[in-house]
Amino acid sequence: MLKINRRLLKNFDWGTFLIVILLSIVGIMTIYSATRPLLPTDQPNYHIKQIYWLLLGIAALFFIVSFDYIWLSRFAYPVFAVGVVLLIIVLIAGKTGLGAQRWLTLGPISFQPSEIFRLMFIIVLSRHFLEIGGTMGLASIIKIFLTFAFIPLIILLKQPDLGTAIVLLMMFLSLSIVRGLQRKVIILLIVLAIISIPFIGNIMWEGLKDYQKNRLVAFMEPEADPAGIGYHINQSKVAIGSGEILGKGYMRGTQGPFRFLPEKQTDFIFAVFAEEWGLVGSLLLLLIYLALILRGVDTALKAKDEFGRLLAAGITAMFSTYFFINVGMTLGIMPVVGIPLPFMSYGGTAILSNFIAAGILINIRTRRFELFY
Amino acid sequence: MSNNTRSRILLASYVIVVLFVFLVIRLWQLQVLDGKEYRKISTGNMLRIIKIPAPRGIIYDRNGTPLVKNSPYFYASLMPENLKNVNVQYLADILGINAGDLQAKINKKGLSPFEPIKLKEGLTFAEIAAIEARRSDFPGLIIDIDMSREYLYGDVGAHLIGYLGKLNPSQSKNPEFKDVPTEAFIGQWGAELLFDKSLRGTPGERIIEIDALGREIKLLKENPPVKGDDLKLTIDINLQKAAEDSFAGRAGAVVALKPDSGEILGFVSRPSFDPNLFARGVNQSQWAALIQDKKLPMLNRALQSQYPPGSTFKIVTAIAALNEGVITPDTKVTCTGGINYGKWQFGCWKKGGHGTVSLHKAIVESCDVYFYEVGKRVGIDKIAEYARKLGLGSETGLPLVKERPGLIPDTKWKQEKKKQQWFLGETFNAAIGQGYVAATPIQMAQLMSIVANGGSIYKPTIVKADTPAQPIASADIKPEVIALVRDGLYGAVNEGGGTGGAARSSLASVGGKTGTAQVVGIRKSSHQLPEKLRDHAWFVAFAPVENPLIALCVFVEHGGHGGGAAAPIAKQAIEAYLKNEKNR
Repeated sequence: MLKINRRLLKNFDWGTFLIVILLSIVGIMTIYSATRPLLPTDQPNYHIKQIYWLLLGIAALFFIVSFDYIWLSRFAYPVFAVGVVLLIIVLIAGKTGLGAQRWLTLGPISFQPSEIFRLMFIIVLSRHFLEIGGTMGLASIIKIFLTFAFIPLIILLKQPDLGTAIVLLMMFLSLSIVRGLQRKVIILLIVLAIISIPFIGNIMWEGLKDYQKNRLVAFMEPEADPAGIGYHINQSKVAIGSGEILGKGYMRGTQGPFRFLPEKQTDFIFAVFAEEWGLVGSLLLLLIYLALILRGVDTALKAKDEFGRLLAAGITAMFSTYFFINVGMTLGIMPVVGIPLPFMSYGGTAILSNFIAAGILINIRTRRFELFY
Repeated sequence: MSNNTRSRILLASYVIVVLFVFLVIRLWQLQVLDGKEYRKISTGNMLRIIKIPAPRGIIYDRNGTPLVKNSPYFYASLMPENLKNVNVQYLADILGINAGDLQAKINKKGLSPFEPIKLKEGLTFAEIAAIEARRSDFPGLIIDIDMSREYLYGDVGAHLIGYLGKLNPSQSKNPEFKDVPTEAFIGQWGAELLFDKSLRGTPGERIIEIDALGREIKLLKENPPVKGDDLKLTIDINLQKAAEDSFAGRAGAVVALKPDSGEILGFVSRPSFDPNLFARGVNQSQWAALIQDKKLPMLNRALQSQYPPGSTFKIVTAIAALNEGVITPDTKVTCTGGINYGKWQFGCWKKGGHGTVSLHKAIVESCDVYFYEVGKRVGIDKIAEYARKLGLGSETGLPLVKERPGLIPDTKWKQEKKKQQWFLGETFNAAIGQGYVAATPIQMAQLMSIVANGGSIYKPTIVKADTPAQPIASADIKPEVIALVRDGLYGAVNEGGGTGGAARSSLASVGGKTGTAQVVGIRKSSHQLPEKLRDHAWFVAFAPVENPLIALCVFVEHGGHGGGAAAPIAKQAIEAYLKNEKNR
């Protein structure tokens, strides 16, 4: 064991680790600034809670790194089944927040099973893709979709948690492509996607809750509805834009703490950061995220086996999807689907889940030389 | 690893880099190209300029008794942000308002998300306590304070003091009101309107930082408001109150003047209205009730009621004849109860006649026949000339409301207006203040004031001046003429047979003259007629006769005879005024 640990330490992926720690610290600082007290009666504790979750996340990360990720493959199916059951329980007995049923309460702790489920989903797909040989044809990809993705997607849309559903879909596509699809299947999927957009759009529109419809309308035309949902986008753009090149300075942003910007410590945390740090700080932050993603890509390339490669690609796809949708949404170039910015947004389950995901990436990279182990 | 997998993963990373470049371009657009604009919006988001209303100047009576008060006034409002989850029925119950009305207020379109919605104005302390106790159920419910005008004497003096109202649309366009907050109340009637600018003061300003909930975070700058100037009116509230009280439900007017300055000591128009109704905005139904009230409470009878002055006009006829030397005090006329002119009979009010009458007795007993004769001798044009010299026939110039000018007829007027020559019978009527002659209460008060001060004309004023008032003109009446008339007026109140005995006072010697304006052409005892057909009663008076401190006119609509209806009111007013040592 000692020997393994020394080797582990020597090869430990400090790069990914330092990036996620750095992002988390920046996140906590920004959460504090976004919710800082304006009047003596305000007593925000978001940053304190986030620190506890961060410590828990770091512990989880090291726990994940401590054993070979191959173990994840072994328990993939039962764990996935448990995940689906959790989603169903949420649907039946979950707590409603902001019009959506996403929370499960166990004693004093509330958590969002969908945040954990996305990891189980990556793991089970990575395992399953390994079991079928050769390039996949249309029939097998549909079969896999129906087996693993269909039910969770329906449940998530029902909650409704459009953001996570989109992320799941993106991960499914990314993993399929990395695993290898027949060229004609890829072309078919693209053609199918294009012609089905109106139909899916229509079906989705009917199935959407009012607040989601509002979000889409607001995205198309934010100024039409300045006090409603378009208000989120406008205030987010005001926050980011008003940062100008050098920013207003840390703790000197106003859009967040003065509550003009809703969801300031969660979905719109990037806007709070950009207001205070300006173009210079925002570019740096975006580059750090890009580094995280590209390092994930590199990890996928360097993984010692196919399972690691798929796992790393899936997790990287997940981070990328979250990152681009979230930042794009605060910049007003993506619809507001309500997904957090990994490592920075306030939210316990998300922090824990993202640290576990980072732990898996680190695990894969750290063990990339252990080919004959 | 196959090359295929490798190239697919690399392709994915190119896609990522391209997407990343999009984010950077967008960031550049927002923060560099549009940054200045967004910076402005974000600053504007949290800055609020709040006007602080200036306490309005207090209005006092001539002796420094406050007539109005600024009282704190509470209202409840709610931030729109907190509307979504509000239990409308529960909130309506606490505020004591109709849930439907409340819902309508909340649903109103075009609400700014940061402007509080006013839910109820004029909260009582009990209501405030009830709201405070349930405060935690309604986040964002604000109780705010403003100043409201309270008129301490209710409807007493309302036509002179006036009332406040919201800035109306035409006023808000007027540059004079540019500093006045849109919701502010300004003077809309009476002295409140005339002196609004000095009473108003200068509103202060608070520039604050607020958050999206409307909570005040930081005070950036504060200019305190400057209180409006106080206003000292010329009226005496004791006189005013005594006069209004003695009307006891009847309609009419009183104008009391200080003879040596034209200061208005009392200004009554009954029925009146309660200006407190207007203090926080009169509602539609209240306003409609005031406007449609058959008793016309909004009519300013002191300035806008013009009627034949009846026998009070004999003062003018007497002055004209004496000053022109047409008669002497000893000129005798025999009254047999009427005279005949052509086919018409001109009666005296006293059917049996007054017998041999000279000037003094004619004024004291108000003999009509004497004045028919005198009128015939002096002629209508001279009567009219003196009437005008004494201030009749044109506005006195008190700018409260549109004043009516009254009417003094003469031959020229008859020719122009009626295209007819003047008949002697019309001179008879005019000489005793009937027929075409018409005057307003303020004009008759001014006439009395000129007699009381010896012939000087002062413009009536409602505000105490720092410097002694200067007469605007002289009526050019010989002093001995004035003395003779005053003597007669003293007699009319104090001698046996005088028509104004009801004004006699133990406090001071009163001189006065009764008058009756006929409503219907027949002479009948008033109590035999329904009230609306009864004659209007006039009484003009001054006191003390030796050194006049007050001159006044009382007019009672459908009061019947002047001596019975109007003289007692004059007595109440005079005594209330002279009782106060300060006024002597």
